[in-house]
Amino acid sequence: MTDLTATPDGAAVGSKSGSLFERGARTRRRHAAERRFRMIGLAAVIFAILALVGLLGSILSNGLSSFRQTYVVLDVYLDPAKLDKTGDRDPAELQKLTTFSYAPLLKTAMETLIEEKGISVDGASSKDVDAIISKEAAATLRHFVLANPSSIGETVKFDLLASGRIDGYYKGRVTMETAELDRNVSPQQLMLADELKAAGALTTRFNLSFFTAPDASDTRPEAAGLGVAILGSIYMMLVVLVLSLPIAVAASIYLEEFAPKNRLTDIIEVNISNLAAVPSIVFGILGLAVFINFAGLPQSAPIVGGLVLTLMTLPTIIIATRAALKAVPPSIREAALGVGASKMQATFHHVLPLAVPGILTGTIIGLAQALGETAPLLLIGMVAFVREFPAAPPGGFFDPASALPVQVYNWTQRGDPAFVERASGAIIVLLVFLVIMNGLAIVLRRRFERRW
Amino acid sequence: MKKLILTASATAIAASLSVGAAAARDQIQIAGSSTVLPYASIVAEAFGENFEYPTPVVESGGSGAGRKKLCEGVGENTIDIANSSSRIKQSDIDNCAANGVTEIQEVRIGYDGIVFASDINGPEYAFTPADWHNALAAKVLKDGELVDNPYKKWSEIRSDLPDQEILAFIPGTKHGTREVFDEKVIIDGCEENGTMEALAAANGGDEDAAEEACMALRTDGVSIDIDGDYTETLARVDANKNGIGVFGLSFYQNNTDKLQVATMGGIAPSVETIASGEYPVSRPLYFYVKNAHLDVIPGMQEYIEFFVSDEIAGPDGPLAAYGLVSDPELAETQEKVQNRTPMGPLE
Repeated sequence: MTDLTATPDGAAVGSKSGSLFERGARTRRRHAAERRFRMIGLAAVIFAILALVGLLGSILSNGLSSFRQTYVVLDVYLDPAKLDKTGDRDPAELQKLTTFSYAPLLKTAMETLIEEKGISVDGASSKDVDAIISKEAAATLRHFVLANPSSIGETVKFDLLASGRIDGYYKGRVTMETAELDRNVSPQQLMLADELKAAGALTTRFNLSFFTAPDASDTRPEAAGLGVAILGSIYMMLVVLVLSLPIAVAASIYLEEFAPKNRLTDIIEVNISNLAAVPSIVFGILGLAVFINFAGLPQSAPIVGGLVLTLMTLPTIIIATRAALKAVPPSIREAALGVGASKMQATFHHVLPLAVPGILTGTIIGLAQALGETAPLLLIGMVAFVREFPAAPPGGFFDPASALPVQVYNWTQRGDPAFVERASGAIIVLLVFLVIMNGLAIVLRRRFERRW
Repeated sequence: MKKLILTASATAIAASLSVGAAAARDQIQIAGSSTVLPYASIVAEAFGENFEYPTPVVESGGSGAGRKKLCEGVGENTIDIANSSSRIKQSDIDNCAANGVTEIQEVRIGYDGIVFASDINGPEYAFTPADWHNALAAKVLKDGELVDNPYKKWSEIRSDLPDQEILAFIPGTKHGTREVFDEKVIIDGCEENGTMEALAAANGGDEDAAEEACMALRTDGVSIDIDGDYTETLARVDANKNGIGVFGLSFYQNNTDKLQVATMGGIAPSVETIASGEYPVSRPLYFYVKNAHLDVIPGMQEYIEFFVSDEIAGPDGPLAAYGLVSDPELAETQEKVQNRTPMGPLE
């Protein structure tokens, strides 16, 4: 020990005969390099995390408010003199009455409410009072009357949407200052809304219709929902799952277990890998040409979207499935063959079951990728304003529908600033779906994957 | 066995495809201009609410793309109506005729104003088309000579304009709005400030060439083409307070708390000044109807009549409230729509 520390004149630092307790120059350089690399790596991770936090932060701060919505609780007198002049409640006659005839009822109801609650705001015109309620309200009323013709002549309590600007006031998007400049809302209206809220006629609560209602036009951001988009996305994912899983598994089993290894299968293999990297818009062009123009399938339909996305996800699933099959050790196959199983029995009874977790993981990741895809849908007419819900499958596969990412894209293009909130809300919904799917893939892998 | 499975699956696929083709479409399909899209979706929504027919599907994608889709042919997998913010071109009509789409109705729904707006807290602007040409053209007339555009600030062009750097966000060339901007602002401005004359003289009296040269904009980063939509222009103006953006009137009206509008030739844009023709920068909006589909797709005639009805497209209707300048000749349009009058050759 003392010998070592007391090495007299110390051989050249870092040389073989140097001290074990003193770092040589070369060791120091190597350690410094490692520290540098660690720092760079850590900085990269921190940068990625900050970017993620920034993205999520902006989406959440913009979008979380879309899950709450302001409603006006209003007693509306369904005036028979306005709704049913003949008095015979004839459905055909009621059908002819448009929402324009229902608007005056709302106006009267609002005025009555203001009077009853004893609210008065200086300078508030009757137009200001009227515009607190969404334009969607007349449609709600008409819908109710058509469903319950006997209610004409009664006073019915409705929870009606407040207009987008009033809703924005309670979410901090609209303030007294901006209302001064804003053509679509006046400070008087906001004061009225405050009075109504104090009187309990205005409530803000969970916005279920954001998930169930269809899209709405530019004048009614408060009524816009994701119903059609969610349903359309589910339909497309069903089509993708039903088509791509069997095709991809069959193709991979054949290529992996049965196909002879020759030049042709090599070419196929290279092409599959290439297809996985083809930009998704190319599949959209293909879908337009083949499925709509040639096969005559309808525009904007989930079946076409599903077919296009199937083509897009097939390579991903095939690659994942082949990797899963390859990961099953050859000893399993050999043991099966050794006790007399046919090649098919060996594959289907022994190899495939062991590869299932890997295949499922690959499929779910492929589906998640397809779920977030917009570009191919652009060309087949799914980037559209769709308000009608598609029917139940299988017929509904042929009805026009929207999709979640498409809805985000659509809403970001609208003029009314209230749609920014809706678009961010839709992104949150889409992210939740993606997180659930990827989480499922991880759970499956953890639970069932076997390592050899 | 294998063969049997193969045939069975082939028949199944064929059957499913033919089911899709045979299933009658009961929704109206509309595509085209993103400027007309908000109006069309307002009408589609009201139509779905008030009629027993389903709500039409409205796609955007641009005026040109919409007309091209309309002209793809007759049949249920082609669209029924194309929205357009510019008039149909002879090439479209020829393309339509070649694909068997012979009778097209032209329906003018109203007028759209194009406004110049800047950040609400910035200085006020009062422009003339000549100012815009001086600010954005590649070659301008200065002291009687054609020079490369030297202007950096608005105040250099005209002393009563604000002392602010020139920065304009104008619609990209794929937009129908750009056509109107070029025609009603740049070319008119070019004539106004005398550059047209000088350019014509330089080109040996060739007026077409002079017009072409008028529209050449400077490329030193002062004029920025926006290929996205107005939300992108708004974001750019928001990020760069010196910027002046070109917007549609309805978009501006929805964002009056962030933007202030400039006057053009002393006239402030509004539904009234555009309707009277005082405000110079406006254009008609159209949709084009494939007559062959009228009795095939349920509710199509009703939709078109509903669109141009006084309740919807009139001066007190929801479209006007959103920023459409209603057509003073709406009654004529209503009559044409009722009689399904196809459009004649372009004059």
